[in-house]
Parts: sequence; C-alpha cells; structure tokens
Amino acid sequence: MSKLITCEEAVKKVKSGSRIMVGGFGLVGSPLSLIAALAQSEVKDLEIISNNLGEPGRGLGVLVRQKQVKKAIGSYFTSNPEVVKSYQDKEMDVELLPQGTMSEAIRAGGAGLGGFYTPVSAGTKIAENKEERIINGKKNVFQEPLNAHFALIKANKADHLGNLIYNKSARNFNPMMATAADVVIAEVDEIVEVGQISPEEIVTPHLYVDYIVVKEGN
Amino acid sequence: MNVKQYIAARAAKELKDGDIVNLGIGIPTLVADYIPSDVKVFLHSENGILGVGPTPDLEHIDQNLVNAGKMPVTVLEGSSFFDSASSFAMIRGGHVSVSILGVLQIDAKGRIANWAVPGKSVLGVGGAMDLLEGSKKVIVTTMHTNSQGESKIVKELTYPITSERKVDLIITDLAVFAVKKDGLHLIELSPGVSFEEVQQKTDAPFHIAESFNKGKEVTA
Repeated sequence: MSKLITCEEAVKKVKSGSRIMVGGFGLVGSPLSLIAALAQSEVKDLEIISNNLGEPGRGLGVLVRQKQVKKAIGSYFTSNPEVVKSYQDKEMDVELLPQGTMSEAIRAGGAGLGGFYTPVSAGTKIAENKEERIINGKKNVFQEPLNAHFALIKANKADHLGNLIYNKSARNFNPMMATAADVVIAEVDEIVEVGQISPEEIVTPHLYVDYIVVKEGN
Repeated sequence: MNVKQYIAARAAKELKDGDIVNLGIGIPTLVADYIPSDVKVFLHSENGILGVGPTPDLEHIDQNLVNAGKMPVTVLEGSSFFDSASSFAMIRGGHVSVSILGVLQIDAKGRIANWAVPGKSVLGVGGAMDLLEGSKKVIVTTMHTNSQGESKIVKELTYPITSERKVDLIITDLAVFAVKKDGLHLIELSPGVSFEEVQQKTDAPFHIAESFNKGKEVTA
C-alpha cells in the first residue's frame, strides 16, 4: 500500500468549508506545492489554521487574494497587508492566538486532550472572552484544543511508510499538525526506501501520515 | 556607533556567561553584535532554534534557516532544532534566562505594551505574550520617545497591555531604569545626557536609585 499521490489528487480530497491546518513559519516549512494546487481548485470558504497567511500573492497569500479563505486562526497575520484589508472589508474572519498557545492547542488536539490552562495572555485583550482560573496564585486562561479535517504539512524526507524528518527551522508547526487532523498530507523534498531513515532520527512516526506528495518545481 | 547600537551595546553588558537569550526584533537583534568575548551565551529563536549564529553572507543563505524575524541566520556547533510547541514550552516553562524585547509603551509599574496599536485592526501577536510571561528576566530596549517626540515611559498604558508581568530592566538612549516593587528606579544616565532631560522626557514618575551615578560612563 503506497501513500504516494499527486498534489492534484491530494487537493481533490478537500471540500469547500473544510478546516485545514497548514504548516510553516512564513513561507519557511510551508507546503507550497499543495497550496498551489489548492489555489488551482474551486474550493472556497476554507478555515485555515496557520501561524501566518503567507505574503501578498505567495503561499497562503494566494488563497487570500482569490477569496478562498473564510476564517483564519493563527498568531501573526500583519506580515500580509492583504489579510488586513480582507479582514477590514469583512471578507474574512480572524482569530488571534499567542504563538505558544496556538502550537500547544494543536499539540493538545493531536494528543486527545480537552485543552489546557496557560498564564499567557491572561489579563489582555486576547483573553477577554476566555474562562479564567487562579492556579497556584497565578491567573490562567483556558484554551480549547485545535483539530482539523486536513493537515497540509511540509517535511524534508519521507520513507514509503510515511516516517518524516524535517529540515532545520522548517520544522516549526509541522510535527504538531501531523497529529491533529483527520487526514494528513505531507509534502516532501524526497522519498527514500523504508529503513534509510534511522529510527533515532524520525520526528513524525508514520502512523500520523495518510498521504505523501513530492514537492513540484520550487 | 549610533544610538540604537549604543542601546544594544548597553543591553549586551547585562548578559552572563551561560545565559539562554531570546532577542526580539529591532534594537534587540543588534545585541548579538556586542556580546563581550568572554561571555558565552546561547541564542534561542522561538521558531525552533537553540544556538543561533551570525547572519550568513549571500552565498551561504539557507532558505530553511531563519530566525523569528524571518531573516536568514546560521547555527553554531552544539545547536539544536525543535518544533514550535517545544520551543514555547521552553519559554513558558522558565528555561530562557533573558529575553530582550522592543516596546511601544512602558507604564509606571514596569508593565509594557508591544503588540497592538489602538484604532488599528489587531491581527498579529506572535510570541510577544509568551516571551514576556515566561522568560526569567526581561530587558526592554527602546528609544526614550516615539517618532512624535512623546515619552514611551508613561503613567498608564494607552496601548493594549502585553502581560501583567513587569519587565526587569529598561534601557533607552537616555537612561537605564530598574523595575522594583514600588515602580521605576533611575540607575544610570547615558553619556552626555542630563538628569533634567530624562525628567522632562519621562511621563511616568520614577525613583532615583541610591546607586545612581550621574557621571557613570558606559563604554561599549
């Protein structure tokens, strides 16, 4: 049974209205071939969970420009002025989370937890509508877990089973997202034979990965 | 050396051998250039690196190796990579010794605003709240006044607060303040700066520390 499919086959699985996690810190570690295929498709009203929404006309920024995104959950959208405009024009909704709260919410989602309390953002605008609780004398806020229908992630190498390793700071949100979605599609630079990646090196074990696509072009 | 480099050099003097240090964007990034040669620190970048090295020359840029400001970096021997959840667990868990951050405003208690501007859509927070909440020590580096000449050290914040946690040290182009239980304490004037100038450009009330030395020179 091979997990290897094409980008086109991969994005056919995505329906309008889907909730999708997309890896990357800016464009670094972002599955750009899968995003490009999504931009070629007709899907719309997507709910995207990603730290950023690319740059104007690059990465997830293409989906914003084509008005395919209904809502975004992430930590830093100001690096793409088109997101700001789209939000002001009420074409898109935005939910902002501190970066550490967002990454932990995805981890909790993948680990089957019902959420967690964190001191981060307590007493700020971001925590305005969140449950508050004093733990060991310190104000904490409750954060629900994050899950999605799909995770589109980027890794450096996969073996044919779907074991993954990453490349330097391109790792970022990808390993958590691999754990937190119903269907996980990993875009990789290279596929190798099973056994060629040492068990000590594997960051994402294959049980998390449903499909693998190989990066197209650059 | 321009004023921003001066502030960065002054902040670098606060670092101790073995510190795990996270540098924010702007003046804090410059601190890396002024760390004394007898002090070895390890730079943490919240996108998943411990052991950040100098900026590469054009030929050695690696697209997969950037810092939290998305600028190309290198890594030193002994460095490691990790995912974002681990990186922020390090920050929240108190494993980062010092964070050096930029600010929009600081209040009389030493609390800061550095993530949002009133009246504009608030669409980015990044790691600002996590770093302020979790770092063992927080140093703020900033110009004393904003581009309109208004004091950035104010009685009460008019910008949204980043955390209820107070910072520990404030380093500006004009002066250095320590933050204590009863508020801000002036501990140092920059070379050539008068006490009167600091007083005039600081909206928040402050104490004058016992150790305060008007003539104290900072060599960087």
